[in-house]
Amino acid sequence: MLVDRQYMGVSKRKCIIWGVAFLSDGTVISVDSAGKVQFWDSATGTLVKTHLVANADVQSIAVSDQEDSFVVGTAEGTVFHFQLVSVTSSSSEKQWVRTKPFQHHTHDVRTVAHSPTALISGGTDTHLVIRPLMEKVEVKNYDAALRKITFPHRRLISCSKKRQLLLFQFSHHLDLWRLGSTVATGKHGDTLPLSKDADHLLHLKTKGPENIICSCVSPCGSWIAYSTASRFFLCRLNYEHDNISLHRVSKMPAFLRSAVQILFSEDSTKLFVASNQGSLHIIRLLEGSFKHLHTFQAQSGTVESMCLLAVSPDGNWLAASGTSAGVHVYNVKHLKLHCTVPAYNFPVTALAIAPKTNNLVIAHSDQQIFEYSIPDKQYTEWSRTIQKQGFHYLWLQRDTPITHISFHPKRPMHILLHDAYMFCIIDKSLPLPNDKTLLYNPLPPTNESDVIRRRTAHAFKISKRYKPLLFMDLLDERTLVAVERPLDDIIAQLPPPIKKKKFGT
Amino acid sequence: MAALEEEFTLSAVPLGAGPDGLLGVEQCDKTDQFLITDSGRTVILYKVSDQKPLGSWSVKQGQVITCPAVCNFQTGEYIVVHDSKVLRLWTNEDVNLDKVFKATLSAEVYRILSIPGTEPLVLFKEGAVRGLEALLAEPQQKIETVISDEEVIRWTKFFMVFRHPALIFITEKHGNYFAYVQKFNSSVVSKYTLLLGQEEKSVIQSFTASLCRKFISLMSLSSDGCIYETLIPIHPSDPEKNQHQRVVRSVLLKTVVSGNARNALSVLDQDHVAVLGPPLPASKECLSIWNTKFQTLQISKELPQGTSGQLWYYGEHLFMLHGKILTVIPYKCEMSSLAGALGKLKHGQDPGTQTMPHFVNWQTSQGLGSQNSEPSKRILRRRKIEASVQPEVPASQQLLSNIKKDSEKHIEIELRKFLAIKRTPDFHTVIGDIVIGLLGRCKTEPSFYPRSSLMQLIQMHVLSYSLCPGLMEVALEKTDVQMLQLCLQQFPDIPEAVTCACLKMFLSIGDDSLQETDVNMESVSDYSDAVQEEKMEEQTGILQNGFNPEEDNCDNCDKELSEKPQNTIEETTSCPVIPKRAALLNAVLHSAYSETFLLPHLKDIPAQHITLFLQYLYFLYLKCSENATMTLPGIHPPTLNQIMDWICLLLDANFTVVVMIPEAKSLLLSLYKFVKSQICICSELNKIEVSFRELQKLNQEKNNRELYSIEVLELF
Repeated sequence: MLVDRQYMGVSKRKCIIWGVAFLSDGTVISVDSAGKVQFWDSATGTLVKTHLVANADVQSIAVSDQEDSFVVGTAEGTVFHFQLVSVTSSSSEKQWVRTKPFQHHTHDVRTVAHSPTALISGGTDTHLVIRPLMEKVEVKNYDAALRKITFPHRRLISCSKKRQLLLFQFSHHLDLWRLGSTVATGKHGDTLPLSKDADHLLHLKTKGPENIICSCVSPCGSWIAYSTASRFFLCRLNYEHDNISLHRVSKMPAFLRSAVQILFSEDSTKLFVASNQGSLHIIRLLEGSFKHLHTFQAQSGTVESMCLLAVSPDGNWLAASGTSAGVHVYNVKHLKLHCTVPAYNFPVTALAIAPKTNNLVIAHSDQQIFEYSIPDKQYTEWSRTIQKQGFHYLWLQRDTPITHISFHPKRPMHILLHDAYMFCIIDKSLPLPNDKTLLYNPLPPTNESDVIRRRTAHAFKISKRYKPLLFMDLLDERTLVAVERPLDDIIAQLPPPIKKKKFGT
Repeated sequence: MAALEEEFTLSAVPLGAGPDGLLGVEQCDKTDQFLITDSGRTVILYKVSDQKPLGSWSVKQGQVITCPAVCNFQTGEYIVVHDSKVLRLWTNEDVNLDKVFKATLSAEVYRILSIPGTEPLVLFKEGAVRGLEALLAEPQQKIETVISDEEVIRWTKFFMVFRHPALIFITEKHGNYFAYVQKFNSSVVSKYTLLLGQEEKSVIQSFTASLCRKFISLMSLSSDGCIYETLIPIHPSDPEKNQHQRVVRSVLLKTVVSGNARNALSVLDQDHVAVLGPPLPASKECLSIWNTKFQTLQISKELPQGTSGQLWYYGEHLFMLHGKILTVIPYKCEMSSLAGALGKLKHGQDPGTQTMPHFVNWQTSQGLGSQNSEPSKRILRRRKIEASVQPEVPASQQLLSNIKKDSEKHIEIELRKFLAIKRTPDFHTVIGDIVIGLLGRCKTEPSFYPRSSLMQLIQMHVLSYSLCPGLMEVALEKTDVQMLQLCLQQFPDIPEAVTCACLKMFLSIGDDSLQETDVNMESVSDYSDAVQEEKMEEQTGILQNGFNPEEDNCDNCDKELSEKPQNTIEETTSCPVIPKRAALLNAVLHSAYSETFLLPHLKDIPAQHITLFLQYLYFLYLKCSENATMTLPGIHPPTLNQIMDWICLLLDANFTVVVMIPEAKSLLLSLYKFVKSQICICSELNKIEVSFRELQKLNQEKNNRELYSIEVLELF
């Protein structure tokens, strides 16, 4: 099969095939840089049909399992849907027809996928778009809506509370920053002058093409652990006044090849590593060296790896969750499985264990939140109450999952959690909101009487001040640290899209 | 997510299960009923949901059942083989197996296979296959030998492949495995050698198979604990040449059970398999459900009393022998979907929200044929037909036959009755066929024109041009402008040639004949009212119809509209066409078109009609520019873009003609002015856009927090 290599009449530029699909009936579909989708007969090697879909490159193609429909993505940000349709209503002769164009991207659509119910496209503009196929959707509700995912649904930032450090995970490097400080005070809404600016302490680049999967800085700030798809790295940081030195711990044991999640205990003496084989390793850290303590093997034959970990502040309990099975709670002292929280239908998105009470708070992707008492091995009273009453409908309709949960050391009734567009303090002592109450309750004006403030108050205190919010944690009793990643900054770094005129064409 | 529900046992009658377990569990023609054959002498019919036996039959002392009882889905009879060669057929009414129909065969039977929708097959130990009917007609017929001497049949399964029965059986000879596939439409046997790959020493413990498009996906559980998949083509590419092909197996799941002689495997659906056996050498036996796509264990259930290493799966039930007791575990599995993974798939959808999909599904809406009906339904239907003698004709067929002979009035009544019936998924194709039927009669009988029926059908909102290609041509022939307007409004896919023919007719038809028609005035009525009000303020005379083409007294609006208050262009001030024609032209403006296909047809329109249409379009444009939103009043008015596009199209197509006509000169002049003003607007818009962007930037800079900042927040 020989493609016409002339590029839109210009003979200098050569046409490049960006993707091919081979169907079981022998049809070959090719997409190329000249904007063509071509159908070939593999038996005879002849061109059957050409669709010119774009003035720019067609970069990706994906075929459905039934081979009755496929999707292509172009450099203009357009996604085209092709379907195998009968020529007339009665005949069995079928033909590939371009049915629907979608324009949800501003830049190149680099990859597409075809699920039974949706078309998924991902592009240079950093968006992942899930477009449900309306004829496959039975009920027209919120699930049938278009979804646009911009940020990964996981935590990319870790924090050392003691040294006030933030570790940022990028695909090929890690950045360590020390937070600045101020001596001034102010009232609500003020921006305080900095007495000490934030410091960029470390820029750690990985070798080779592999992406960083996960990373963590220890609470004491003297350890950094990260993992790529095939290697695990542990580094020791030494602080001497303003100088910082990094020392890589060599000779990692063979079983520590690749981790899905890494966590340090609160006192930074233990390292918990969830391997991609489903097992959980506990390592004791000493000055500059380490010792393997124990490995919890995966449950009865599963190969599912634990992708979320949480350790209790007293260091006794370790909670681990995979993608589908329940949350397992291990006793770190006795090195045995303590209990398993009953499995829930939706994956866990965030886990945390509260200090003192050792209540495990679990957030699921369907926006449900559970509180499970580890010592009692049962759901807490508050969790039962909220499950009985149900969450506010606006809470359940949020689009992004909760990615981080933390607690205030002095206020046991508070749970702090956030997703990409809001952060929320749940005050368990206040009444729960029902569907009639206003969920996003802005801070009531101070001049209103206490009675009104108390009447309108409910357990969910939500602030949308920072968005998109990638990370938020409590540094100390009076300090919160929030990391915003403005979309404009990301867009500014993108290559320019193919320009289209708006007016006067 | 797969879920195993609470198990229950079928133990009302103790089963004489020997060390080898049961002979078989087979489906019955009634749902929820299963035939269980033990390895001794008894067959029991169970109703599973009630957990109780409905009947039990035994063969005489000294006889041994050698093949599990099955149900003939076509007759409802049960069939069993005892002592390898004796066939027994009985029904629910029979009590004693000794007295029922008996046929002694000439060769030993390996198994009787029966699935819904086809006659049962008898597979002999030597590999020959016979249909039951043919065998019963001549029980002593000679049975040929298909497989070689020391080959032994290990496993078999019967499928329906595109309504043709196909049989696969696996044989073993000295540790080598062979697969035979026999199709009954071609009665060709294809033999395949299963290559075991590297693990030559492993023994296959259990087989299961499913249909996977053009292949039989044969899964096997080996003694090394892995599940392998082998794809066997259903249609061999060259049956003559490739009598002996080799097929390779690939690992599907690694080490799901530990090596043990009593493991079993059953495929549940496209992605899930059930495995029976101990997961670790020391552990107890487990029933586990694996997802082969994601390679994950979905759920597992321990069976501490051990099993016989047999597993059957029908519908939603898994059957196995747990200890000595037959246990049923209901199994449920939802399709693994992206929505589920994203956590957005709701469980237990309330039935109230279940609605008919609004979208046309290309896959299901193919013709009227009932090709999709399942075989089991077909049998039911046949029974119904037998009972009622009179074959049931679908209402649409009835209507189509009526159309061929009845009067217009009668057809209309019948049609109304038909439309009152609940809509079926293929509703729009049915409607299309009815319209084609009506048009067919129109062509043969010139006097026949069922106008009201056709109007009623068009207003069902399901028709398109391609579903009833002749309709608009007939309406054009009959100069039925009302019908044409309706078609233009309803059909999304009118060819440009037809649109242009409509336009031609709308422009050329006389005002008198237009007044008589009943045209939908929705798109014009409102703005004519607005004009009326405006005029009412100025003059006291009463206007008929809100419009008077002769009126020439609108200096005031003219001043507002055109830049120069020259009172020269008469046609810009008042609508150049009567409202009914305006409504028809608006329908044309609304229709979809492609420029390249429309342009050649526009050239055929006479010059004075072009001028008239241009005047009307110009009038609409002026009306548009009267308000800030650039829209026309009314329910469904033409948009500014549509008006502009049509002006461009008309000028493109007929430029030389228009330039030559003197009466078009003033119009062209004003058009030129308005293009100029358009360019002005565009450049102003561009300026505004740029200024806004700059403002936005300034605003952002102001709002932008520094890369790092410390703020004071009062939190609740």
